[in-house]
Amino acid sequence: MKFGIVVFPGSNCDHDAYHVAKHVLGEEAVFLWHKDESLQGCDVVILPGGFSYGDYLRTGAIARFSPIMKSVGRFAADGGRVIGICNGFQILLEAGLLPGAMLKNERLKFVCRHVHLRVETCRTPFTGLCAPGEVLSIPVAHHDGNYFADAATLAELKAHDQIVFRYCTEAGLLRAEANPNGSAEHIAGICNRAGNVLGMMPHPERAAEAMLGSADGLKIFQSLLAAPAGAR
Amino acid sequence: MRAKVYVTLKRGVLDPQGKTVQRAVKSLGFKEVLEVRQGKYFELALPDDVAADRARQVVEEIARTVLTNTVIEDFRFELEEA
Repeated sequence: MKFGIVVFPGSNCDHDAYHVAKHVLGEEAVFLWHKDESLQGCDVVILPGGFSYGDYLRTGAIARFSPIMKSVGRFAADGGRVIGICNGFQILLEAGLLPGAMLKNERLKFVCRHVHLRVETCRTPFTGLCAPGEVLSIPVAHHDGNYFADAATLAELKAHDQIVFRYCTEAGLLRAEANPNGSAEHIAGICNRAGNVLGMMPHPERAAEAMLGSADGLKIFQSLLAAPAGAR
Repeated sequence: MRAKVYVTLKRGVLDPQGKTVQRAVKSLGFKEVLEVRQGKYFELALPDDVAADRARQVVEEIARTVLTNTVIEDFRFELEEA
């Protein structure tokens, strides 16, 4: 499987994602420069974390106009797998590939720590190897992860099984104290209706090897390998 | 010509920064201030000879597509002769 990791000016988790795809999974991986339009025949496109364009204006607001995002939009519309992590999630929201928007964390602090995530749906190619309700330990590192959507959009997300991860306690309970940023419905990750585009604030690429404290994030990448082929 | 664009959070969207400012204002003794909502302000310089209709059209499009995330924000703008 060929992974393409988009590099925007200010991306800083691109090498981590590349490392997981290439060296942990042992799959093919390439960097995709934001000014290029070709996705080089990749099966999966990763929009990595970081601070694209310095997060000026709004997080992800400028990156969404990069030439490569046109191709990512077409790829996603054709069913191609796209995963946006942290800043990548923010870019997907700004690009309208996922619904909603990010607000500053409720307590206005940059939050950088391991959190627990409950897997809310296993129907996506990113969570096929997880058990429903399984709790994963994966770190977050962000200042703008307070997911917002109006009531109608939240109802749509629920009705179409688009909430993929929720922040929870170690035991899998939804509690305000387990929500690191005040995000609506404890949302940590959502997908589009078809399930081929995932956005998540936590960093699975930083939790893909036991020596780094947790390998729970690896399940997301391994699920992709195990899923029936998507578009390319 | 100058365009002044004001971007504000929609009603009902949580504004943690505004809330913090409001608390600070209150702690300074200004008890009259019930709420603070923080927004953004942009000035766009345009050539003096651009027609007002065209300027409005351009500024409106820029405000909608770039300066504002319409999921959470509203905008308004005014044009000013130099």
